[in-house]
Amino acid sequence: MEDFLDGFVEILEDTERSALTPETAFKDLDEWDSMTALMLIAMFDEKYDKKITGNDIKQANTLNDLFEIASK
Amino acid sequence: MGFLKVNNVKISGIVSAVPENIVKNRELDLFANEQEAEKFISVTGIAEKRHVSPDQCTSDLCYSAAEELITKLNWNKEDIEVLVMVTQTPDYVVPNTSIILQDRLGLPKSCVCFDVPLGCSGYVYGLSIISQFLQNGGFKKGLLLVGDTLSKQCSTLDKSTYPLFGDAGCATALEYHEGSEMLYNLWSDGSGYSSIIVPDGGYRNPLTEKSLVREADAEGNTRSKINTYMNGTEVFSFGISEVPKEIKKFVAHFDLDMSKIDFTFFHQANKFMNEMIRKKVGLTKEQVPYSLDRFGNTSSATVPVTIATLGDSIKNTEVLMCGFGVGLSIGILKTTIEEDFVNILLEV
Repeated sequence: MEDFLDGFVEILEDTERSALTPETAFKDLDEWDSMTALMLIAMFDEKYDKKITGNDIKQANTLNDLFEIASK
Repeated sequence: MGFLKVNNVKISGIVSAVPENIVKNRELDLFANEQEAEKFISVTGIAEKRHVSPDQCTSDLCYSAAEELITKLNWNKEDIEVLVMVTQTPDYVVPNTSIILQDRLGLPKSCVCFDVPLGCSGYVYGLSIISQFLQNGGFKKGLLLVGDTLSKQCSTLDKSTYPLFGDAGCATALEYHEGSEMLYNLWSDGSGYSSIIVPDGGYRNPLTEKSLVREADAEGNTRSKINTYMNGTEVFSFGISEVPKEIKKFVAHFDLDMSKIDFTFFHQANKFMNEMIRKKVGLTKEQVPYSLDRFGNTSSATVPVTIATLGDSIKNTEVLMCGFGVGLSIGILKTTIEEDFVNILLEV
């Protein structure tokens, strides 16, 4: 999980790593937008070799929800 | 996948016409603030694009491009035996724009004319159609017109489309030429048809007054049912997974050596996505030119517009072209550009 959060903070610009926990509702982050969503899809593809869809992102609320998709 | 090998046809020249009017994404009110605009530009790579005037159509851009190309190649119009127009923004719903252009360009009535309503992948499909008309030498010369004026189809209040798309119209000359070779891989996946769609105005959802009402979606983008809708995340996910796979299959099928490809022209969708595709197929930055920073995503015209920005450096090169998007659809081509190739970027 920590590794996942380290990866996630890299796609962000203004958010500190310390602000991220498994319970963070990522879509509530100030800088979350459609561009960040693209970078998240890219991160799944590159780091986890997983295809994540727009619908997966829509249904996920917390970073832990995303982590579970990555760990499947 | 559909692999095709077409012999004895070459591409003789391209003229790409873009409107003079430059629209800068930094100056759009659409973005909440400067930071949002900068982030959009840094991810997509699209800083500016060209828009037509209200009375200018895709066919007008293609007409200017075709006239210039025929002149520069010193072709006799009587010799053009096939004209295909690839567009999703025709002059009319009915009849086909290519037929109107046959008369406007002064081409013979014996010229075979029809439209192909494909988008981002359409350039390669158009080439595949015309090259097959020419391969047996029955027909000697063909003209492919491609382009769109998506500035008219996108909602000005939709961040997921409006800042991305630009307008362009291109003319490409093909001719029977012994020894030349065009290799294709054509691919379709209709399960993704709703990822990029204009929902109303066809016969599944006929145009009603309600079609014209602009409504905001969950992301705050406002559009009507006759505007282009694009699910950016779905298209992105398709682009980074299917496109590299199909290129790799193509390379393996025809036993190509990617290091011998001088240039690969990708559909200009989004810099971040294109760069991921480039890295996955093992191409260097020098092999992959971009034009989206200046012209945005011009649908079926992105490949010829990018080629046109290279001028004479395209001569005597081995090239790969790859269009992908709406459909969903992918078209890949490998061919050789000869010494006498005409390559012009035209402002109209």
